Amino acid sequence: MSPGTAVLAPQHPSTATTLFDREVVSTRASRGLEQFFTYLRGQAGLSILDLAGASQENINFITNLGHKLYSEDFVRSLDDIFGGEDQSNASRIDQFLRHTLNFENERFDGVLVWDVLQYMTPTLLTATLERLRTIVRPQSYLLTYFHSDEKAQQVPYYSFRIKDQQHLLLAQRGMRKPAQIFNNRSLEKLFQHFESVKFFLTREQLREVIVRR
Amino acid sequence: MSTMPFKTPEPESTRGQASIGKAVKINGQIYSKEDLYVDGDVEGTIELQEHRLTIGPNGKVHSSVKAREVVILGNVQGNVDASDKLEIRKDARLVGDIKTARIIIEDGAYFKGSIDIVKPEPAKASGGTPPRPQQSAPAPANAQGAAVAAEVKH
Repeated sequence: MSPGTAVLAPQHPSTATTLFDREVVSTRASRGLEQFFTYLRGQAGLSILDLAGASQENINFITNLGHKLYSEDFVRSLDDIFGGEDQSNASRIDQFLRHTLNFENERFDGVLVWDVLQYMTPTLLTATLERLRTIVRPQSYLLTYFHSDEKAQQVPYYSFRIKDQQHLLLAQRGMRKPAQIFNNRSLEKLFQHFESVKFFLTREQLREVIVRR
Repeated sequence: MSTMPFKTPEPESTRGQASIGKAVKINGQIYSKEDLYVDGDVEGTIELQEHRLTIGPNGKVHSSVKAREVVILGNVQGNVDASDKLEIRKDARLVGDIKTARIIIEDGAYFKGSIDIVKPEPAKASGGTPPRPQQSAPAPANAQGAAVAAEVKH
């Protein structure tokens, strides 16, 4: 398959249930997730960074594979530090990066970025990706998700919880306005300083992207 | 029918354990040889060798803590070493690195840091320790999953 082309995948079988008072949890298959952990197969003792905040499911899954997990709630930090303020403010960007990605003595073998990048405006996003590049080891992978509906004013944002290597539980935390909407071309450009980008498209308006450092 | 008044059971939080109330602030090192309940402010270190440490909902701990079992309902800023189990309850907040054998984290809890699961050393058998089982291979790909669309090399 030539680079830059895309094929739409069959619809995932998914179910939605209300498990908590305000939280809708759905299950979906994820080829991106499967691929991410396939890359890590046969290894133990790796350092994995999860930017979706701590969840029992992710802790169990990753530590049961023998890896060390680092947890950070990126969206919460985004709200805490910027609120509704301008995300291009240099000192706030610096504060955000010091708060979320300040790992002087650690290099990661994989980062579960999930869908957080789409909530960042270009200046903040560029700075964040630059920092991520410095804290992940060469040849390691990032797993990211982007909504692909270019007309959407607001999109659901999730707590991504790993059910097994092929399935995610998506616990919806609310709706957010994406700061940017990406297509394949803009995603290639976004990750141009990384070695490769692999897309997985679904009919659910969610692009799964694996990025290799 | 008995006319004896029903005796309300003593709350677990105060039964058979030392307690630091919510109006108490401590700067320094705490060592305890019994379970400890902290609902006040502590800055320093807390070490309970073979006992349980509970940080109550009003507890604010700015220190590293070490115990057999740690339960957090309040706020902890520091590393946690729980040789048996760590529980981070709903609305609790922990910023620090965790070293433990088991961890339970409730939805609504905030955690920032690393988690290192350290399994306790198995008792030595006369024939030596058995080899560690290999990680199982992942299940085959789901045919109904999404398709790979493109890979772009830079």
